[in-house]
Amino acid sequence: MSALTAIFSMSGALLAAALAQAGSGAGAASSAAAAAEVVPAAGIGLVHYLVVSAMVFTLGIAIIIIRRNAIAVLMGIELLLNSAGLNFVAFSRYVAKDGIDGQVVTIFIIVLAAAEAALALAIILNIYNNLNTVDVDEADALKG
Amino acid sequence: MTGSGIFNQVMFWLFAVMAVAPGFGILLAKDIVRQAFWLLLSLVGFAGLYLHLGADFLGFIQVLVYIGGILILFLFGVMLTYRMDVPLKEVKGWGLVFPGIIAGILTASALLYVASRTPWNAAAKATAPTVSAVGSRVMSTFILPFEVISMVLLVALIGATYIARRKEDKGRSEE
Repeated sequence: MSALTAIFSMSGALLAAALAQAGSGAGAASSAAAAAEVVPAAGIGLVHYLVVSAMVFTLGIAIIIIRRNAIAVLMGIELLLNSAGLNFVAFSRYVAKDGIDGQVVTIFIIVLAAAEAALALAIILNIYNNLNTVDVDEADALKG
Repeated sequence: MTGSGIFNQVMFWLFAVMAVAPGFGILLAKDIVRQAFWLLLSLVGFAGLYLHLGADFLGFIQVLVYIGGILILFLFGVMLTYRMDVPLKEVKGWGLVFPGIIAGILTASALLYVASRTPWNAAAKATAPTVSAVGSRVMSTFILPFEVISMVLLVALIGATYIARRKEDKGRSEE
């Protein structure tokens, strides 16, 4: 079952990569003027960072949904926060007037991630002490 | 860094692969400690991407806080909750796998569609050391969020120590 899960996840990621290719290709085909601005002919542009961020975000979502260990779910959340921070920095570098505001916001995101990790690990420790497991499906006492 | 030049491109692709590929490791690894070390690789990749974007202060903050703080916190959490005798069931039937894959594909397509089709008004700017600029910006424009987030961090850490502390006598009904 785990191997099948791996195969499905890999195929999903491959499809995402193909989508990225197709998306940029379609954009270049449909509107050449806009595409020339969006995808620079050479070098690393904004879209490169956005695609990296989108793939990490998707992987984080998949980790949160598929993994059952509460600490692994937390790792997925950290990936989501990281991808959001990368988007802030990339946009502030390429779009905003100066590149500082996005970096400050990303610093705030990192601080919030630290606070969230500390609190969530404390809660996980309490769940472990009370239920003797860190499986997120076992902590269902509030389920109706 | 201007974003052109073979060195910049090689560095970008190196760090991009380093940031994305460990996600599969976290998704597929059996052992939670291996997952934590995959996460370390991914965080290093993100720090490299920040440096590549010209955000030098942020790159080092990423290494200090994430790798030096949060990841160590994770490893302590693993150490305190790890049980060899009770293996976690990783996937609960097929009911969760297919929604997960479908949700992942939908999220990826939506994000990639928006990222590649929107005409961003994009032009890279010259980069300079950002430490003093970030510091003065935090202390001027972002002074209110800075104070608020300081309070949030203090309250969260006090709350975390309160929640996680060991109760000495469980018989007393105070807790």
